[in-house]
Amino acid sequence: MIEINNVSKWYGQFQVLTDCSTQITKGDVVVVCGPSGSGKSTLIKCVNGLEAFQQGNIVVNGTSVGDPKTNLPKLRSRVGMVFQHFELFPHMSITENLVIGQTKVLGRSKEEAQERGLKLLDRVGLKSQADKFPGQLSGGQQQRVAIARALAMDPICMLFDEPTSALDPEMINEVLDVMVELANEGMTMMVVTHEMGFARKVADRVIFMDHGHIVEDATKEEFFGTPRSERAQQFLSKILSH
Amino acid sequence: MSFFAQFDLSVIGPSLPFIWTGLLFTVKLTVIAMTGGIILGTLLALARLSPITPLAMAATWYVNLMRSIPLLMVILWFFLIIPLLTGKPMGAENSAIITFTLFEAAYYSEIMRAGIQSVPRGQVWAGQAIGMTYAQTMGHIILPQAFRNMLPVLLTQTIILFQDTSLVYAIGAKDLLKAAEIAGKNYNRPVEMYVFVAFVYFVICFALSRLVKHLQSRIAIIR
Ligand SMILES: Nc1ncnc2c1ncn2[C@@H]1O[C@H](COP(=O)(O)OP(=O)(O)OP(=O)(O)O)[C@@H](O)[C@H]1O
Ligand SMILES: [Mg+2]
Repeated sequence: MIEINNVSKWYGQFQVLTDCSTQITKGDVVVVCGPSGSGKSTLIKCVNGLEAFQQGNIVVNGTSVGDPKTNLPKLRSRVGMVFQHFELFPHMSITENLVIGQTKVLGRSKEEAQERGLKLLDRVGLKSQADKFPGQLSGGQQQRVAIARALAMDPICMLFDEPTSALDPEMINEVLDVMVELANEGMTMMVVTHEMGFARKVADRVIFMDHGHIVEDATKEEFFGTPRSERAQQFLSKILSH
Repeated sequence: MSFFAQFDLSVIGPSLPFIWTGLLFTVKLTVIAMTGGIILGTLLALARLSPITPLAMAATWYVNLMRSIPLLMVILWFFLIIPLLTGKPMGAENSAIITFTLFEAAYYSEIMRAGIQSVPRGQVWAGQAIGMTYAQTMGHIILPQAFRNMLPVLLTQTIILFQDTSLVYAIGAKDLLKAAEIAGKNYNRPVEMYVFVAFVYFVICFALSRLVKHLQSRIAIIR
């Protein structure tokens, strides 16, 4: 489903990603973790072409992301993405947030899009909030709407960039629950997160990044059993201790 | 005391219809220059922020040029040069409308550029991530927010524009000020007429600035 082959990326002189390679097969959930600034967000944004990369290639469902001939908007419409800061459209109601992509990008009728949007809103437990604006919702609620917005496009896979790290602790679980449910339904997911409880529950593999390198790429059992690299061991002991 | 004793406000009544036509032109000029200026200014702002270097440079150059020349000179030059270039005279009114649109676009573009930059980068990503093209992301996500954030500043610029339209007096376009001047000459009462139009300018600008205040507080609630 997602193939990342020897990807390198620079910001000017600064190398953010060095020779990153991994594969995510259909239905798998892969958790990406690593210290701040290690390039996790950059890597996940390369997958749907929000960031360009200079070397290597990324293939999503048979389409090469870096190819200049690729219709990126079309590819992105099939790849759902959820951001750390939700990024709901603040000038639109919750319903409009769910509808706009479906009508403008997929060409669905307004009625069809509304029906689908409300169904998904119900699924994330927020049907009663349909007419509110994003600013009137809590962080956890906004993030669940953002997940619903991505799902409304009927994505073939989902990318999450630290979906819970901007949330108050008591709201983290309501978002993780939605994600666990998605994972259990067989959605292909690439998730940047430090929520190791989530990783233990649903991840098939865990990737550890440091300084732009993929240092560890192991099954969940291997990773939590005995991480091979010392950096990953240190990192794990640090985030598991609190 | 003697100054006010000589004041004869009775000349204002009969000249009102004439002054009204002047006011209509002033309003028309303001509305067209505002609308055209905001549209053109938004395009200039997008060009300045685009990664296509020649386009960004051309837009920057245009904006800086317009902002470095006194408005009165732009009005005069445009009025004098266009007939030389096209061989056809252009009426003072049309010349004023075009000049103001082109000139104000430079100022509106700076406001819209700040507005676009006030929208967090993540909003562009969010639009693109659901498959929107550049044009769709700008049109549906970024520009509406930029416009909303900048509405009070855009209106303030429009108040300045409204006042600056009085400069078309220099090329003889019949705006509010010119109408007052003509009426003043007719009745030989220029001071009364100038005081009266000053009052009209004041009332309109004051009303607009109250509107800006009102909008500012409303926007503060929405956020
Ligand atoms: N637009 C940019 N220009 C220059 N450098 C950048 C840019 N964006 C990110 N970087 C740098 O690239 C590196 C990787 O950033 P990235 O956001 O991918 O890290 P991250 O692993 O997601 O970190 P975090 O956990 O803090 O989100 C950082 O050192 C960051 O400073
Ligand atoms: Mg990050």
